[in-house]
Amino acid sequence: MSITRDSDWTKMFNRRAAILAGGKAALIATLIGRMYYLQVVQSDRYKTLAEDNRINIQLLPPPRGRILDRFGQPLALNKQQFRVLVIPEQAMKVSTTLDALAQLMDLGEHERERIKKEVGRKRSFVPITIKENLSWDEMARIQVNAPDLPGIVIDEGLTRYYPHGQLAAHLLGYVSSVDEADLTGDPLLQLPGFRIGKDGVEKVYDLQLRGKGGTSQVEVNAYGRAIRELERDEGEAGADVVLTIDERIQSFAGQRLGEDSASVVVMDVHTGDLLAMVSNPSFDSNAFSRGLTTDEWKGLVNNDHKPLLNKVVSATYSPGSTFKLVVTLAALEHNVISPEATCFCNGRDPKIPQFQCHKTHGHVNMVRAISTSCDIYFYEVARRLGPDKIAAMAKQLGLGQISGIGLPGEKVGLIPTEAWKKAARGERWTTGETMNTGIGQGYVSITPIQLATMVSRVANGALAVKPRLVRPGVVAAQNGTIQPEDGAGAAYESLNIPMEHISILKQGMFDVVNGPDGATTARTGGKLRTKDPNGNLWLLSGKTGTAQVRSLSDAERAMYKDKPELIPWKLRDNAFFVCFAPSDAPRYAIAVVVDHALGGGGAFAAPIARDIMEEVLRLDPSRKPRVEGDQIAAVTEQPT
Amino acid sequence: MSDFSFMSARLRRGDMTPMEKLWQMSWSLIFWLCCIFAFGFAMLISAANGNLDPWAGPQLVRFIVGLGMLSALAITDIRLVLRYAYVFYALVLILLVVVEVKGFVGGGAQRWVDLGFMNLQPSELMKPAIVVALARYFHGVNMDEIGQPTVLLFPIALVFVPAGLVTIQPDLGTALLIVMGSAVIFFMAGVRMWKFLAVGVAGLAAIPVAWNMLHEYQQNRVLTFIEPERDPLGAGYHILQSKIALGSGGLFGKGYMAGTQSHLNFLPERQTDFIFTMLAEEFGMVGGLLLIALYIILLIYGYAIAFRCRHQFGRLVAMGITTGFFLYFFINIAMVMGLVPVVGVPLPFISYGGTSLLTLMLSVGLLMNIHVHRDVHMGVRGGFNDF
Repeated sequence: MSITRDSDWTKMFNRRAAILAGGKAALIATLIGRMYYLQVVQSDRYKTLAEDNRINIQLLPPPRGRILDRFGQPLALNKQQFRVLVIPEQAMKVSTTLDALAQLMDLGEHERERIKKEVGRKRSFVPITIKENLSWDEMARIQVNAPDLPGIVIDEGLTRYYPHGQLAAHLLGYVSSVDEADLTGDPLLQLPGFRIGKDGVEKVYDLQLRGKGGTSQVEVNAYGRAIRELERDEGEAGADVVLTIDERIQSFAGQRLGEDSASVVVMDVHTGDLLAMVSNPSFDSNAFSRGLTTDEWKGLVNNDHKPLLNKVVSATYSPGSTFKLVVTLAALEHNVISPEATCFCNGRDPKIPQFQCHKTHGHVNMVRAISTSCDIYFYEVARRLGPDKIAAMAKQLGLGQISGIGLPGEKVGLIPTEAWKKAARGERWTTGETMNTGIGQGYVSITPIQLATMVSRVANGALAVKPRLVRPGVVAAQNGTIQPEDGAGAAYESLNIPMEHISILKQGMFDVVNGPDGATTARTGGKLRTKDPNGNLWLLSGKTGTAQVRSLSDAERAMYKDKPELIPWKLRDNAFFVCFAPSDAPRYAIAVVVDHALGGGGAFAAPIARDIMEEVLRLDPSRKPRVEGDQIAAVTEQPT
Repeated sequence: MSDFSFMSARLRRGDMTPMEKLWQMSWSLIFWLCCIFAFGFAMLISAANGNLDPWAGPQLVRFIVGLGMLSALAITDIRLVLRYAYVFYALVLILLVVVEVKGFVGGGAQRWVDLGFMNLQPSELMKPAIVVALARYFHGVNMDEIGQPTVLLFPIALVFVPAGLVTIQPDLGTALLIVMGSAVIFFMAGVRMWKFLAVGVAGLAAIPVAWNMLHEYQQNRVLTFIEPERDPLGAGYHILQSKIALGSGGLFGKGYMAGTQSHLNFLPERQTDFIFTMLAEEFGMVGGLLLIALYIILLIYGYAIAFRCRHQFGRLVAMGITTGFFLYFFINIAMVMGLVPVVGVPLPFISYGGTSLLTLMLSVGLLMNIHVHRDVHMGVRGGFNDF
């Protein structure tokens, strides 16, 4: 190898080494540039991403507010429930643990299959629910055997509980899991197992009851395992809702109704407070909250007494003779007949003999027409008034209108007018329809709560009282300002009906119960006459109603003449009774509607109303709130 | 490097005593090596949340054993190294075939041989083996012969046989490293530039064919590299989490053992391939730059040794080892920063792993050997007087 060759070679080597070194320097510069871009230029973005990675925000569900009656008795509350969970990574072998657990509690093959699937799907540190709502016995057995059950954990949670079961189920409603359609953006709704109100007060006041969710910021690793809690915000517990309902009256009324398909509304005629609102038969809200079985559901749906329907607001009826209160006031307002003027009742209408009365009453004036519920008189009055004037008075008394208590599924009913018929049927109004309207049949259709409103407005001297289910002072208390409860009806506007008119009507209603030939006195042998706690007689004033569901054919009439109990249930008349007491200083109104009751309003509905009213009056002197909690303490009832 | 001209005659003949050779070793290079290892040792402790087990302790033992091997190799006569270059190459190649057959029989991608005290990956050892074998070949070829294409056939076979074996393991990353590391020897040996261009063009043309030969997971890695957000919970997850870790580290880092991405397991393989990410998360860009600076010092030593060496064999080996070492750390760091696709290349002297560390120590041992024997006159076959 020559010297020149050697130096050529060295030159080449040096040149190429320099090229390589340059290339390396360029690549290292690229690395540093990339590092600068990631760690300086984009650093903030990646810092946020790293925090997002690291911090897992968990929602803490707030305890749901209670629903209380007017004295603070809980109607809906949260009960501690126990559930048993398994943490697979702590169990030696999940199937062995489940075997051991099956000795202590009921554990179906189906459940085991589900647990096995979940174990396979989830990370081994995620607890898997084995069973919820453990009985106390099961819980105790598992606790005692805990050392032999590796990986088994008992967890406490809150579940909605209705201590009175079927009591007030319709107005309380129930809670259930969230549907797709319920999602509003409140992240709480996305929590697994979160329940929201699905009916009744639970639904209407859901936002207030729900509260605000807390958050817990947890540091997690890449597999989602919680390492430690960084920050905790407890959120806000749901607020209690205080109803106007008196649990004692509600439950008394429910028991009094027994098996019947019926509604009862007990209302304070001055404040509009609903002391009881019963739709019978009822269902168990607890069953809904835990989830119904198919059989339970079928039983409820197929029952012809319609236990799921809140009849107080959602069932509509022809009011029958209770509607005569409206016709009377309309007649006096428009002066179509003088209160002293009489009509002669021989059982048939003099002009249209197909229209009959249920009896022959002879000469009846206005008061006697009400107390005997003479149809002939009201046919005549209705003819003189026409449907529109009757409808106007009905509206004033709250019929055919939404009550305003806000429960879901409320029906408006119907008060027919000439214009309505024209629009709805395209036909002219007929006189026969006017006469039917006059006795609360035909197109007229109302709900029980409207009947209670109507009689309250008569009883309180024509103030436009509205029913209310929730005590207003308590709602206001949430904003920190506590309003004293409304005085005795002072806030309600007058309907501008002259007192003389009301007095005549009230006399008629007094005679229904207490008069010599009143509609209930005649049929019940005077048993409806009651005494108040001070021994004063003649407390109750009221009005009966019996409405045909379907007119029986002559053949049917003949068939059932002697054996009315053989009439199929669905064909029997509906029975109504509306009343108020005490007669001289009305305080409470009651409306009773019994579906398909034998004997009609006087014989069937009135005794129910009387018994409930006695209970209401018996409880009246003790009407002082049992103080419970600040919210209720702030709201004291005005003494009467 | 001080002047040892007074002993130049003996240096040229290479007949130094072992003690003299030890004295000749570049102890400052050892010092820098220890600095890099210390950095890695600290990171392995952090990766184990402050524990020596399971990574830092064993790695320290390997490093100390490795230092012994390095010194032993450094004072071995370079002529023996040259003489047995092919033998060593052949042994590693046999190991590679054994692994291949065993892996095939075992039905999996097994890349190591169990030596009892450690698992040896022959593909790692192949990297220095091939450098020495190629250097030996080109040591005996002069400038005129290099121009003849037939001369290149043998060294090309030397490269592509093991590269092919490693590719079907399948370990594409190592195969590419072998090819690229070898190309440097060809380049430094004086192979014409246009030949590299031709191979490059041919390589580009072969990409579609090669693509179809890739395993699906390898194709996914490349696709993920092109578009990391393609599948953030699947193949792109690692690189995305790595970038988040790096970026969130910022300029000065989150502090030693305080990297959230690393310690909460968002970062995959934090003790091996992604250890640079953890380092840069905890010490920030400053820490990353410090490590790169240490690596650059190592590169400079490698170049200096190559330039000071008087024989072609030493120069080629030094350049080959230095470049291989550069490729290691460049590809690893570029990978964790999302600049190149995810390939299984460890970070030299830092990543946990026995074979990798052993190979690197052997490579530095070779470098040191060349430094010690820089003035030895060597014949074509490494004989003492046959030039």
